[in-house]
Amino acid sequence: MNMQTLYLTVPLAPLAGALVAGLFGKTIGRTGAHLVTIAGVLVAFVCSLLIFQDVLAGHTFNGTIYTWLTSGKLSLEVGFLIDRLTVVMMLVVTFVSLMVHIYTIGYMHDDPGYQRFFSYIALFTFSMLMLVMSNNFLQLFFGWEAVGLVSYLLIGFWFTRDTAIYANLKAFLVNRVGDFGFLLGIGLIQAYFGTLDYAQVFQAAPQFADHAITLLEGHSWSLLTVICILLFIGAMGKSAQFPLHVWLPDSMEGPTPISALIHAATMVTAGIFMVARMSPLFELSDTALSFVMIIGAITALFMGFLGMIQNDIKRVIAYSTLSQLGYMTVALGASAYSVAIFHLMTHAFFKALLFLGAGSVIIGMHHDQDIRNMGGLRKYMPITWITMLIGSLALIGTPGLSGFYSKDSIIEAVQASHLWGSGFAAFAVTASVFVTAFYSFRLYFMVFHGKERFHNAHPAHCDVEGDTHGHHHVPHESPWVVTLPLVLLAIPSIYSGWAYIQPMLYGDFFGSAIVINHAAHPAMEELKSEFHGPAEMAMHALSTAPFWLALAGVLSAYFLYMVRKDLPEKIREKTGILYTILDNKYGFDRFNDWFFAGGARLIGGRLWRWGDVAAIDGLLVNGSARVVGRIARISRELQSGYIYHYAFAMIIGVALLATWFV
Amino acid sequence: MLEGIGILSLTIWVPIVAGLLVLFTGSDDRNADGQRTLALIGAVLGFLVAIPLWTGFDATTSAMQFEELMPWIPAFNIWYHLGVDGISMPFILLNSFTTVLVVIAGWRVIQTKVAQYMAAFLIQSGLINGVFAGLDGILFYVFFEAMLIPLYLIIGMWGGPNRVYAAIKFFLYTLLGSLLMLVAMIYLFFVSGGSFEILEWQRVGLTMTAQMFLFVAFFFAFAVKVPMWPVHTWLPDAHVEAPTGGSVVLAAITLKVGAYGFLRFTLPIVPDATHQLTWLIVTFSLIAVVYIGLVALVQSDMKKLIAYSSIAHMGFVTLGFMLFNALGIEGGLVQMISHGFVSAALFLCIGVMYDRVHSRQISDYGGVANTMPKFAALFMLFAMANSGLPGTSGFVGEFMVILGAVKVNFWWAAAAALTLIFGAAYTLWMYKRVIFGKVANDHVAELQDIDGREFLMLALLAVAVLAMGLYPLPVTDVMHTSVNSLLAHVAQSKLIP
Repeated sequence: MNMQTLYLTVPLAPLAGALVAGLFGKTIGRTGAHLVTIAGVLVAFVCSLLIFQDVLAGHTFNGTIYTWLTSGKLSLEVGFLIDRLTVVMMLVVTFVSLMVHIYTIGYMHDDPGYQRFFSYIALFTFSMLMLVMSNNFLQLFFGWEAVGLVSYLLIGFWFTRDTAIYANLKAFLVNRVGDFGFLLGIGLIQAYFGTLDYAQVFQAAPQFADHAITLLEGHSWSLLTVICILLFIGAMGKSAQFPLHVWLPDSMEGPTPISALIHAATMVTAGIFMVARMSPLFELSDTALSFVMIIGAITALFMGFLGMIQNDIKRVIAYSTLSQLGYMTVALGASAYSVAIFHLMTHAFFKALLFLGAGSVIIGMHHDQDIRNMGGLRKYMPITWITMLIGSLALIGTPGLSGFYSKDSIIEAVQASHLWGSGFAAFAVTASVFVTAFYSFRLYFMVFHGKERFHNAHPAHCDVEGDTHGHHHVPHESPWVVTLPLVLLAIPSIYSGWAYIQPMLYGDFFGSAIVINHAAHPAMEELKSEFHGPAEMAMHALSTAPFWLALAGVLSAYFLYMVRKDLPEKIREKTGILYTILDNKYGFDRFNDWFFAGGARLIGGRLWRWGDVAAIDGLLVNGSARVVGRIARISRELQSGYIYHYAFAMIIGVALLATWFV
Repeated sequence: MLEGIGILSLTIWVPIVAGLLVLFTGSDDRNADGQRTLALIGAVLGFLVAIPLWTGFDATTSAMQFEELMPWIPAFNIWYHLGVDGISMPFILLNSFTTVLVVIAGWRVIQTKVAQYMAAFLIQSGLINGVFAGLDGILFYVFFEAMLIPLYLIIGMWGGPNRVYAAIKFFLYTLLGSLLMLVAMIYLFFVSGGSFEILEWQRVGLTMTAQMFLFVAFFFAFAVKVPMWPVHTWLPDAHVEAPTGGSVVLAAITLKVGAYGFLRFTLPIVPDATHQLTWLIVTFSLIAVVYIGLVALVQSDMKKLIAYSSIAHMGFVTLGFMLFNALGIEGGLVQMISHGFVSAALFLCIGVMYDRVHSRQISDYGGVANTMPKFAALFMLFAMANSGLPGTSGFVGEFMVILGAVKVNFWWAAAAALTLIFGAAYTLWMYKRVIFGKVANDHVAELQDIDGREFLMLALLAVAVLAMGLYPLPVTDVMHTSVNSLLAHVAQSKLIP
């Protein structure tokens, strides 16, 4: 099989699975649906491995599959760019997707929409692969919107729940706000570069480094700054960066497998991937990089705070995801693109693990998601317990585990950056270490340790159809289809940092896929000079602030939720306003609902009633009809039919004419 | 130059003759099934005779093809002159295809005066093909006016409770617009030395004043049809009152006639005036996208909502035309075709629900997906196409126009790109309230999913929407040469002192 066929197989195999499961779901039944989609994703994973080997051997590919459209001199194509950045993403996507597919067999076991669900997640895998394998902006946008569509469908999977269908509409619209910027960025690229092909754009980019454009009279901006910021606005939507982060916590209304796959491991990292892919452009604009870094820093710190007070197991992890996406974004801003991708990868493993673990807990708890109702679950769910502990330790950056290597590298990279805003970013990512450790272990202790609180839980949360098990609520370990993916994800969560940091960050792994202007942005060079192997890095960490901050976070969580359990309540009462602000998520949801949603409806209503109905129809259209009617009525009066009226009019007329002419 | 009956004549007269035959079967509704079958045969035949236009089309020339030329009223130098280029040809196919759909759509729903109903659509189909194929000004004008009559009857006879108001509003609006055009044509007849040839008019030099007057005259005729803001208010009323088939034809085809007029008359005949007044049309177009987008958001009647959405989408067409680059004009044309599929599909979807519940109010629905899953899936596809999702036809035209606009003026593009947000907001919010949620009431609980006939018409459109979204190249390939030649023509001033 030649390589091009292999490339094509990667996205098409999941697509085929999705189509079969979606269109013939009834015929092939439940088993058929999960077999065909898992087979599709498995094929994609295996092919990705083969491609990975091939790429490591030095073969890259950049070519067209078919021409989508031509217009004027512009030719828009669908094509693949297979390089080292692409294959890393392909492996992450197909691997996590495969785990999630297997897991879904257990998680969605009783759901009437079983086949539909498998069809959607396979379709998602296809879309995400098209996104990462693209060699041009058009297909990038295609994949970008397609994953958004599947995300919309999956958040609203349980379409009879009001919260779910509110959340999916919100997610779609907020993403569209990002896409608005993204599309304009693509438009500017097309307007100035005359092509949407990555390679041609990147090649021409340096010539535009000093190009200025005037968008408003008297103000000129660097073209590349405008383009990069517009593109990044797209990333802010997809990767849920402040202030377009609002959709991600609500997306937890979707079934847990997709929270792991879409809203933690893959889709939300599309923005990170995109910026890394665009490194030849972003490197030419310090302003854009500063912007990226500051947005990321705000997200990393302030979204982490929100995770500290959530009680829904999935929402805690969702805010954690927001915060970690902020970390990746900060890394991008510091020109440490490879570090961002590295964290993207390790995060995909341990965050998918945490979400799937949470899902396992939710199954065990009979669909109760409130961590206040849990406690002591380690006895009942040992595999879930151990794997989630591994995930949490990786997340908080325990030296030696995967998250440590990626996160510590980000912190160091930011400290090495000289861009405007890097001081704040360095503070934010360092402080977030404590926050991360605190909410992660607050969750961990409340779920797996302490008193067993599930006996007094009310079955109020059993709002999934058909989930009224007759028996009482004793948690139980999940079936093997659920625990196997947990174990398989726990393994890379442990070792992938240690094993891959050297090649990925310092071995010039990405080669020409990532471009860095080392003279202006020396972060990676400095990191490289300080790096002496993973073991040394772990040892060295013990003497740095992040390690002690993480430890402090764990210990605070232990103290508050294991030792002095009365304290959290007291702190909550003492910090009334602060707590209210956090509880309201800084008020973004309320403001958006009031200002944007309400405002648009209000303006729309006014325009309709005053513009269309009153002014145009009332005044102009029906008004002129009335005028015509009135004139007609008056002229009707003139034709009365009485001879003397006509005679009188004639006499007057003759008299007037006579005066005029004579 | 073909003598006698050519393909274009067939596309015009086959549906009209079929329509007349159906009409002659009498007004006895007991023969309805036979009349329906006859109408379907006529519509399918009408589509089949149009296919050679596509297969035999020469995309390398911008000259008129499939030309037919016969004297009609020699005393005034009026000819029966037909021909198509890459700009008009796709619309004859679109129209003939839509006719098949509306015949299927009216199959079960229309139970009274079936023969007249079917005949009206068939005759209208032939007349509309005449509009796109006519190259003689008067011939064009006759078709342009005559096509209003069947639609007027369709709204007036099979429409809703307020149908007479809507029908008259529709008729007067469009008639007033086109009367000015007739004056313009007579003027052009004289300045061109006694010719009604449209292509001749495109060559004749004109003073700026004359161009301005002609521009205004044509603008009224076409802007009303498109419809552009602020002469759009007849459309929501007409849609609300029209039966489903009427709405489908209105949205899919009739609106395109106005936009086509811009390309065939306004741009090439008065290019200098058009350049002068670009700002005006662009302003109206952007108001259509933004203002109408917001107005669509607050509609409580589904048909009104889609009607407003149509106006917003047509704003992209007129905006694209005013960019004077290939992306803009081709994007506008693609948007016209796509809108033909998508709006037709959406009106059919609303019709499917209306036939069951007899309401178009969003508030009378909720949770339809529970009882009509197949329908919900197809409706989702069309809603996404209406929101401009890549992979559907709705994306292609908008994308091209936005790309084309960035080149000309970044802020035009930015305003137009707001449709990404507004289009998704009004379409998906409606979808959410109608389709998602718990079963809202007994009517929804009793709904039956779509039957084979309904599935067929929606599936045909679904295939069209996806095919054009995934592979639009064949459609744009047909247009290139004609559009480029139009652009070259418009770039040259034909001003005379």
